[in-house]
Amino acid sequence: MLLALAVLSAAALSAAALAGRAEAQDVGGALAQLATNKYDDTEAALSVLALSGDPAAVGIVSALAEGRLVFGGTPPRVFIQGEGGALLDPLTRQPVADAPAVKPVRVNNRVRRAIEAASGALSLVSPDPAKRLEAAQAVGRSRDVAALPALDAVLAKETDPKVKSALALARASIVIGQAGVSEADRIAAIEVVGAQGNQDALALLRSVPADASPAVKDAAAAAIAGIERNLALWGAAQNVWYGLSLGSVLLLAAIGLAITFGVMGVINMAHGEMVMLGAYTTFVVQELIRTHNPGLFDWSLIIAIPLAFLFTGLIGVIIERTVIRFLYGRALETLLATWGISLILQQAIRTLFGPTNREVGAPSWMSGSFEIGQLSITYGRLWIIVFALLVFVALLAVLRLTRIGLEMRAVTQNRRMAASMGIRTNWVDAMTFGLGSGIAGMAGVALSQIDNVSPNLGQSYIIDSFLVVVFGGVGNLWGTLVGAMSLGVANKLLEPYAGAVLGKIALLVIVILFIQKRPRGLFALKGRSIEA
Amino acid sequence: MSDTETLVRDIEPDDGLGAAKKTLTEALLYLNAVTVTFDGFRALNELSFTVDPGEMRAIIGPNGAGKTTMMDVITGKTRPDKGDVFFNGGTTDLTRLDETEIATLGIGRKFQKPTVFESHTVLDNLRLALKGQRSALPNIFRRETAAERECIDAIFETIRLTEHRDRLGGALSHGQKQWLEIGMLLAQDPKLLLVDEPVAGMTDAETAQTAELLREINANGHSVVVVEHDMTFVRDLGVRVMCLHEGSVLAEGTLDQVSANERVIEVYLGR
Amino acid sequence: MSTSETRPPALLTTSGLVFLGVLGAAVVLVPALNLLTAPDSALHVPTYVVSLLGKYLTYALLALSVDLIWGYVGILSLGHGAFFALGGYAMGMYLMRQIGPRGVYGDPVLPDFMVFLNWKELPWFWYGFDLFPFAALMVLLAPGILALVFGWFAFRSRVTGVYLSIITQAMTFALLLAFFRNDMGFGGNNGLTDFKDILGFNIQADGTRVVLFVLSAVALGLGYVLCRFLVRSHFGKVLVAIRDAETRVRFTGYRAENYKLVAFVVSAMLAGIAGALYVPQVGIINPSEFSPANSIEIIVWVAVGGRGTLVGAALGAVLVNYAKTYFTSGLLAPYWLFMLGGLFVAVTLFLPKGIVGTFYDWRARRRASDDIPGAEPAAAPKPAE
Repeated sequence: MLLALAVLSAAALSAAALAGRAEAQDVGGALAQLATNKYDDTEAALSVLALSGDPAAVGIVSALAEGRLVFGGTPPRVFIQGEGGALLDPLTRQPVADAPAVKPVRVNNRVRRAIEAASGALSLVSPDPAKRLEAAQAVGRSRDVAALPALDAVLAKETDPKVKSALALARASIVIGQAGVSEADRIAAIEVVGAQGNQDALALLRSVPADASPAVKDAAAAAIAGIERNLALWGAAQNVWYGLSLGSVLLLAAIGLAITFGVMGVINMAHGEMVMLGAYTTFVVQELIRTHNPGLFDWSLIIAIPLAFLFTGLIGVIIERTVIRFLYGRALETLLATWGISLILQQAIRTLFGPTNREVGAPSWMSGSFEIGQLSITYGRLWIIVFALLVFVALLAVLRLTRIGLEMRAVTQNRRMAASMGIRTNWVDAMTFGLGSGIAGMAGVALSQIDNVSPNLGQSYIIDSFLVVVFGGVGNLWGTLVGAMSLGVANKLLEPYAGAVLGKIALLVIVILFIQKRPRGLFALKGRSIEA
Repeated sequence: MSDTETLVRDIEPDDGLGAAKKTLTEALLYLNAVTVTFDGFRALNELSFTVDPGEMRAIIGPNGAGKTTMMDVITGKTRPDKGDVFFNGGTTDLTRLDETEIATLGIGRKFQKPTVFESHTVLDNLRLALKGQRSALPNIFRRETAAERECIDAIFETIRLTEHRDRLGGALSHGQKQWLEIGMLLAQDPKLLLVDEPVAGMTDAETAQTAELLREINANGHSVVVVEHDMTFVRDLGVRVMCLHEGSVLAEGTLDQVSANERVIEVYLGR
Repeated sequence: MSTSETRPPALLTTSGLVFLGVLGAAVVLVPALNLLTAPDSALHVPTYVVSLLGKYLTYALLALSVDLIWGYVGILSLGHGAFFALGGYAMGMYLMRQIGPRGVYGDPVLPDFMVFLNWKELPWFWYGFDLFPFAALMVLLAPGILALVFGWFAFRSRVTGVYLSIITQAMTFALLLAFFRNDMGFGGNNGLTDFKDILGFNIQADGTRVVLFVLSAVALGLGYVLCRFLVRSHFGKVLVAIRDAETRVRFTGYRAENYKLVAFVVSAMLAGIAGALYVPQVGIINPSEFSPANSIEIIVWVAVGGRGTLVGAALGAVLVNYAKTYFTSGLLAPYWLFMLGGLFVAVTLFLPKGIVGTFYDWRARRRASDDIPGAEPAAAPKPAE
């Protein structure tokens, strides 16, 4: 904002300069004027410097601002006072051999404003294109008519295409709402702004004066309609992105469940608590890193992932060996027993860590965001999607390529046959449960980044995860993937219309109805062997 | 009488189609070109056959020949991809009905694995199966009539379980469960009984008794279709035999004719 | 049992008679000890205890309703709390309308929370709740219709086992979210509370509390007799047959889905009555009653007492809730969830038939060994699925 003000006043200044008040036409002349140490001359010199675009001008203006611009000698010359008081030539920046006695060039409030203006304008002509771009955008946002002549001046000289289009846009933004502009000029401006296609452009287009000609109004209306379509598309894309992000969270939470349910037919109600334990593992890892080796903080998640996998996997194996193996073939009893386990685990964490949320930090590579078109993409969400897909692929690989994966698939398809082929189904069950729980733990590491780490963390995911598994079809990982992503996207696409809570309710109802229609899910196994 | 077009004309009454009509309208059960596919696997492949009223038919065939799928299709558990299944002389299209409706029409089924109501007494098992009111609400206030009691007593005599009437279904031996299930079928008083491997796991004596039992049931006017691997048992039945292979009929005739068939020997009986 | 072919099993078994006897004794003793003894007497039962016991009885009725479908039909509903809560809300709406102008804002018609939300008129679905008969009808209809619609869809599509459990859980979760919303018009987060009187009687008065207790006991007793009547009828035998071999039932010619639906709706209505009796005794109904955790807890009551025994369900509800009251009010409060969780695990592992079921087994074995004829065969459910 400050920059915009500065650019504006500089533009006004240079407009005045162009009108003929300036006596000096180049940087040399401006230096001579500065040496007179008169406010008027200083101001005039600043306006020349502002438009010069000379790299040296930037140094001179900033030296003046910092009180390091001095003058002295006969005839008076201007120097820049360097480090340790050495006098430097303002153009070459070389020390001056015969340094005269010097005084700083005087500055009053008027000059100070002129300095600000000049440094703003200089950024419009700065050699750095990034700075020019920023200055052009600032002018565009300010929409002050006074900046027009300056813009026209730099527009003619500008070569960088990006900066040039920013300047053109800035100019169009100003022209569009200004009185006394020719119809052609205004329509051209509307086109430039319309091509922008964002919210700002929409506001600009709506500011077309009421007394503008019908042609102008039509052009504006067309441009507005185009932008609104465009924005709706981007908005949908953004929602799809949020949906994929939510879907990957659901995928992480549900995929372990899909394995235990698919292979063992076991509903593990404590699955959410495995996620919660994974999140707390992350918390403990970060605490240890903070106290022992803060430099490793950016690695904390990478360290936590295998630890969470091993820890929750171990807990899973313990649960399977001590409780679940006695309940095979009794799915509903297993459901109740694991619910009991979930209560115990929650209370254990509550006792150990307290009932309140625990702070889990984000490493630097997870924070921040970038934009694609009108899409805003945060690194945190991006990494979670990547992580979810990696886990998915890794799991597929385990199931397809390893011995234990082969045995798991065998047990899924025909437990008795697998047992009679010499597969130790007990061991497969324990490993499956451990694997499912371990994946839940890894999901917990990811979820610690986007959700509150509290003893109740798991509960908020358990119902959603079940719906994903049931929706996708049991015993089919691809079904889980599709189920998670479609539920995530559907949720986020419903939200703008129904609100977060109603959207969620609507989704629950849809899934309930869907299960009625296809009781075995999206990718159900078919055939004679599937009995009710 | 093998293509669908003829069939469609046949089921219209009084169309005067003479001989062709006779076959369909006289058949109790009529299957024509029935095909069922599971994930690309053809469980039934253009299967056609008929069962006459009062007939008993044995079906043999190797595992995967489609015997159970055929029963699933007849009883409405599986819908055929294409083909016709008619009951009662072509009056009823079974492919449009579900299990319950088909059961009510008079088709009873005994499963391969004996399925009785294990936490009910043998008596209650028969009471539940007994032909009569099937709607939910009237059954809250239903009382057993004397006629029903007599009917159950008669079935107990037939299936030789009278002294076990108060035991739980789950407490019976394997063979007793098979008989109870047949008894439940009788209680339903169906026109057609589909019996899937009734003597699996039975002793020789029990097997012979079961054959006698089924013959008795058949003699009382019920049509019976028996799927069985036990050749001795099939011989005991002494009825027309049909061999299924890869979802269609391989051979049909007396047991001797079928066992002499080259293809049957090759795919099923072995040399 | 050898003559049972002419005589159906007795409506009331020994344990049923004991159960009704205990209830009857409670109906006489508790009010007497509350109203007729001096407050400082050692025998005096304070009013809060009367209401606490009344609350246990409504839980027992709720457990009974769950046992009817879980124990006898094999439907494990993880959303039965929703029917309880709906019955409770119907009663709560009546009680809210009875407050009249005595609310904080003094609006003659609108409940306080509506005034607070700046609503100008009563939403249509609140009409009629000022009349007790209408509200009482809604106590039955609201849960009944939900169960009818939900069950019709679910049973017709043959959603069974854990799938059914999960969608019942999703159902109550959806309702939980819905009732949390202020826009729904049911008081949002805070629910309905600050009740003043019921049918003109002060809801805080000792006499009213005692009557509510008695009503809860009577409702439980009648509910038990109704369930017994159902399960010993031909209808009930079909239900058990469905639990054990649903496919066989279909092939026998019964419409299994209709039987399930009737049982489910009856069960939901019983749960609704329990909720309606619960609300005036605890003085509040809020969306947390819809939480899935609550519904699962009901299952453990039934499992502890003994699934498929009816008496056991009621006993389990009272025992577990007594334990909950005892432990959550003392020093052991932080450990209650450990105990509840442990209870879930222990019952499923070591006492799969529950207290009453195990007792029946023991009694049947003893009779068998004593060779006493007429041992009642325990209607022991198979392990689920």
